[in-house]
Amino acid sequence: MCRLIAMTSSEPLSPILAMRALDVMREGHDGSGVGLFMSDLGGPFEDLKGLPILSGICTGEGVKRLDQFMMNLGFMTKHKVSMRTAKRTPPAGTPRRDVYVIRAYEYPHAWEGLERSEIEFRLMLARLQLRQMGEESEDMIIYSFWPDVIMIKEIGDPLKVAEYLQLDSEELRARVILAQGRQNTNYAINLYACHPFFIQGIASMTNGENTAFVPIREYLMSRGFPGYIGYQSDSEVFTHIAHYMLNSLGLGIEAYKHVITPLQDGDLKSHPDADFLTRLKHSCRRLIIDGPNCVIGRLPDNSLFLVQDRKKLRPAVVGGKKGMYAFSSEMCGLEAVVPDRDKTKDFQPMHLDTVIVDSDRSEVRICSQTEPLSLLH
Amino acid sequence: MLTNGTIVPSSLSVSDLQWQVEWDKEKCTLCGRCCAVCPVQAIELGVHRKRSIQIPSLAEIGPQTTSSNVYQVYHGVRQKTDAAYACTGCGMCNLVCPNGAIRSLHSSEVDKQRFHTNRGGQPRRRGGRRNAPDSLNLGTLDRIKFTRISMLTDPALDAGRHEFELRTLLGRVLPPEENLRLYRENGWTPPVREIYPLIIGSMSFGALSPNMWEGLQMGVAYLNEELGMPVRMCTGEGGCPPRLLRSRFLKYTILQIASGYFGWDEIIHALPEMKEDPCAIEIKYGQGAKPGDGGLLMWSKVNKLIAAIRGVPAGVSLPSPPTHQTKYSIEESVAKMIQSMYMAWGFRVPVYPKISGTSTALAVLNNLTRNAYAGGLAIDGEDGGTGAAYTVSMDHMGHPIASNIRDCYLNLARLGKQNEVPLFAGGGVGKNGKLAANAAALIMLGASGVQVGKYMMQAAAGCVGSETDRCNVCNIGLCPKGITSQDPRLYRRLDPEKVAERVVDIYLAFDTELKKIVAPLGRSTSLPIGMSDALAIDDKDAADRLQIKYVV
Repeated sequence: MCRLIAMTSSEPLSPILAMRALDVMREGHDGSGVGLFMSDLGGPFEDLKGLPILSGICTGEGVKRLDQFMMNLGFMTKHKVSMRTAKRTPPAGTPRRDVYVIRAYEYPHAWEGLERSEIEFRLMLARLQLRQMGEESEDMIIYSFWPDVIMIKEIGDPLKVAEYLQLDSEELRARVILAQGRQNTNYAINLYACHPFFIQGIASMTNGENTAFVPIREYLMSRGFPGYIGYQSDSEVFTHIAHYMLNSLGLGIEAYKHVITPLQDGDLKSHPDADFLTRLKHSCRRLIIDGPNCVIGRLPDNSLFLVQDRKKLRPAVVGGKKGMYAFSSEMCGLEAVVPDRDKTKDFQPMHLDTVIVDSDRSEVRICSQTEPLSLLH
Repeated sequence: MLTNGTIVPSSLSVSDLQWQVEWDKEKCTLCGRCCAVCPVQAIELGVHRKRSIQIPSLAEIGPQTTSSNVYQVYHGVRQKTDAAYACTGCGMCNLVCPNGAIRSLHSSEVDKQRFHTNRGGQPRRRGGRRNAPDSLNLGTLDRIKFTRISMLTDPALDAGRHEFELRTLLGRVLPPEENLRLYRENGWTPPVREIYPLIIGSMSFGALSPNMWEGLQMGVAYLNEELGMPVRMCTGEGGCPPRLLRSRFLKYTILQIASGYFGWDEIIHALPEMKEDPCAIEIKYGQGAKPGDGGLLMWSKVNKLIAAIRGVPAGVSLPSPPTHQTKYSIEESVAKMIQSMYMAWGFRVPVYPKISGTSTALAVLNNLTRNAYAGGLAIDGEDGGTGAAYTVSMDHMGHPIASNIRDCYLNLARLGKQNEVPLFAGGGVGKNGKLAANAAALIMLGASGVQVGKYMMQAAAGCVGSETDRCNVCNIGLCPKGITSQDPRLYRRLDPEKVAERVVDIYLAFDTELKKIVAPLGRSTSLPIGMSDALAIDDKDAADRLQIKYVV
């Protein structure tokens, strides 16, 4: 079972903090992968907030093809972070890579005046095209291409990888950080199977297997949305379900649990929004997850959320203080990132709970599934 | 027959018959119950003449002594060898015999009787099931294994203590965007029923005896009202008893309309008096046992009650046409009919078609996906049962259900409508007794639920039919167990209360077994429809065909 840490802070933090939290929870991961998601960036990216940042790994040849592709689209590199790993020895199990790509681009002139939704769609298509090119020639792995978002994924022990990649660099600072230390329960080690997963501003990571994966994957892939591909990990569907629900159904994250783990009949009947929720349960029946899963994610407005599955078989603890909150798989992970919090306020979300910390980081909100929904804005 | 006697082509010996009655003179009490109970009069009182050679002992031999023949007579049972009276192997003689002196045995070689069941130019007709004895090799469904067991990466669930919600939906489920739009706009949404995924398939009032029907209905009512299991039962084509139509129990009933429209006069007239809507309307276009052929209720079963409910004269055979005669195209036969049925209940009751398993099922399904009203599709595979059909239809016509349902599901998944048009699978589910395993396999292949008929007759009422041509006389109204008979002397053998009890037993046991299958797969809160990654089979071709794993 993987270990998860997510934090949101008013002050930009170094991702090394998250890696340390994963390190104290090291019984839970096996070095088969570590994934890092950063947003609400500080450092040099503070002033580049609107510009899309490409994150990935390339071979020398891949970088050339990447540059050519981006140039053809009209993107100009505005800023890049270089990880000089050439002269260092990678830790055990971590392959040597040519280039870790973190680049912010200026939008093409031709995109000026486009609707925001169109820009977002084109950014996603560009990422998918690059991903496809990379898969064909095995020279590029692309995680994200989005404003104010950096992602790094690599195989190996989280802390050692962090030190190797010098993630404590001044250039990498973020107010929202999600990280996962992976326990490989899939078959092949594949970087695309590393959490967190990302689509159009929504990122999520999970622990536990998703037993309803195949029907959910079939359902998402038949929605006709080009971004619903991949699925090297069964957990990628959680990200896409959230995306589908927020974008296609226009619902808030409070409804997420009503989609993936709907109330059972008795509770549903006595719910104030029974009619709405019954429709949602019926229509989204193929998106019901049935595994033991804790899902932690970030939404485009930089709020964080956490939901437990119906069975509450996966651990998660929430704690923090005003201006700095964290979700962690284990108490020790929480301790590692916010040691000076009021521990009496720590809590473990239960099977009906959705935990939300908005981007103002002023409080932790708990929505119980049995409460009325603020619906259909 | 004397050695120089005449024989005709259809003269058969007992050994030529499919079933041979073995009778033990020593045990027989000559009570006559076996001959009385035999539904086909295969046995009769026999007066057997026997020569007894009496040889005097050596001491008695003298000039006057002669050896002598003494002719003696003993009474017992004789099996008729006329194919028209051939034993059907039902075993009722054995059931009633106080001493166990008689039983019927299946011939060890291929019988000759089968070549003489078409005398008078009339091909054999029978009731029951397809005669494909694959209980040793097991059918495809029986061979599907559930191999994706949750072990350590995610824990298996406790089938006994965990909370489960194993329900399915019947009715047109709208895509989420559409459903939420209609919610906002207060628009009409197609009715959807949340039901138990094991449905008692269509067996008509008429094909079944009144006691059997009543027993099933009582069992269903108990399951719903006392145990909270939303079990539904389909009427089949034979209408519905008037009191049921006007009772609150109608909501547990799926009314079937088929090409003969039997009973629909009564139903339509009862509409204003109905307290509840029926669960759904099933439009039957075909059935698995006799695909492309219409229903058939033989004259002998059409008594006064059946005639009244069906709205026909008594004592005439009731063949339904193979297709709905007033409709000419799929647009009419499906779209218009579905809409008409919706209209009858004010668009509050789901309507769905039922077809035979066929290689054209995909064409029907594709049409249904474009019909905004179609509430599902039931497909009845080649192993489906029937009250009466031509043997050739039963044994050779139709499509196996597994690949038919799988093709349909995958096609829906390609169209993105896998949640919108629920598929229901029937035909041979549980035919080797493995009801829950067969049902779970079909669900994971893509069915939203399964329909069972024969299993209910066997388990709830003790039907003795089997795939080796045992009994199979449902068509002539002489069911020795009283399940498919309209003769009160026969159906009073069946106590409706006991049938109801067995129905409840079956559902409770099925529910536990289903949980014992899904819990180790890590599933509990939704029926694992289309969870094909859990399935495997030890046949490469079947695995490829069904797109599941191949294991040895």
